[in-house]
Amino acid sequence: MTQDQLIVLINNKDEKAFTHIYNMYSKSLFSVISNLIRDTEEAEDVLQESFVKIWKNIHTYDTGKGRFYTWILNIARNSAIDKLRSKGYGNSKKNLDAENFVSLIEEPNKLNYKIDAIGLREFVNKLKPKCVQLINLLFFQGYTQQEASDELEIPLGTVKTQNRSCINDLRKFLKV
Amino acid sequence: METNEYIDSGILELYVYGLLNEDENREIDELAKSNAQVEKEIVEIENAVLQLSSSFSPFLSPENFLKIKERIGLRHGVIPIQRKSSISWLGWAAAVILLLGGGYSFMEWQSAEDRAVVMESDKNKLQETVVDMEIRNKQTETVLGVMRDPANKMVALAGQAASPTSAAKVFYNQKSGAVYVDASGLPEPPKGMVYQVWALKMNPLTPTSIGLMDNFNTDKLRMFAMDAASGAEGFGITLEPAGGSKSPTMEQLYTLGLVNS
Repeated sequence: MTQDQLIVLINNKDEKAFTHIYNMYSKSLFSVISNLIRDTEEAEDVLQESFVKIWKNIHTYDTGKGRFYTWILNIARNSAIDKLRSKGYGNSKKNLDAENFVSLIEEPNKLNYKIDAIGLREFVNKLKPKCVQLINLLFFQGYTQQEASDELEIPLGTVKTQNRSCINDLRKFLKV
Repeated sequence: METNEYIDSGILELYVYGLLNEDENREIDELAKSNAQVEKEIVEIENAVLQLSSSFSPFLSPENFLKIKERIGLRHGVIPIQRKSSISWLGWAAAVILLLGGGYSFMEWQSAEDRAVVMESDKNKLQETVVDMEIRNKQTETVLGVMRDPANKMVALAGQAASPTSAAKVFYNQKSGAVYVDASGLPEPPKGMVYQVWALKMNPLTPTSIGLMDNFNTDKLRMFAMDAASGAEGFGITLEPAGGSKSPTMEQLYTLGLVNS
């Protein structure tokens, strides 16, 4: 389904539309949220909240705001960060980064999907450590380029291009 | 050339991540509408991060789906009540009966409330069952689809020394590399053990893991989608310690079969 078709479907605001969005994006959003909030129950709460927000505000979305996926990703990420702040984790993003998304698979009882844990680990091994950090900060945690540059101590001007080359590696791996 | 430079700058990744400001978003949206190469690039970046993040998702209970649906007011079987004025006298009659029956109703009220609680919990259970069945139905459809697909070649895996009575079937799409295993002919693995599926190349014999049948005991259909295998000449299934092994334990080879036999 292309994004245009998706948007037509969404605007029906019916059960089919909701089920489609949920099936397509819930796992992705849940991993982003779980990466920030390690408590399963709280992460589930935030996921539910995010979907309610998405549904209530769906009429305000237009492609000028970016991809639909990007729009809902922002909602989920911001909801998770808000939750952390409300729990008194402070205003700094700095204390959110003790763990990265790779550690999500190191909690074996949580990994319940058909994904081959071995394949996933192999894949992570192939991805450069710097790439794991970059993707973790920029995509999973929504760091700005400046924040990522400070955190990883790499020149600001190279954040974008380094991240691009990481995503290229990822695309190569996913296609094979 | 200009487009390539633009793409290589890495700005489209940041666009998909949601890290750009409003003006930049609008600009790229406009550009994507007129430039197919940019549009394609964006879609591919999105697919990559969507797949990556989905793969790292912890288990997500189906209850979340139901809870959200409830919260946004999408529920199964809600039928709006229709009012018709032409039979309004019925309402009056009902009122009279209600008055007469009032005393009795009040006594009944308490137990009705109890029943409502029970019914609510029954309803929730029923909803769970429906979702369960929907999921199972989807799985069955997928299995049927795999078996019927003419692009899939069926490879029979025969029982080996470790378990002569075992058998399995592999459905292999040689073009796309997709592999499905019908493992209904395998015994339940002992505790702490798991079946691992291997794609094999002959001359020299090279096994490549294409995944574990992790949820063997819970997946009643026993049909498993494995990782894709390109150019596989055979398939084998071994019993390995939970988590799988780097290379197959040949003493625990349960079934084996060749693609062209």
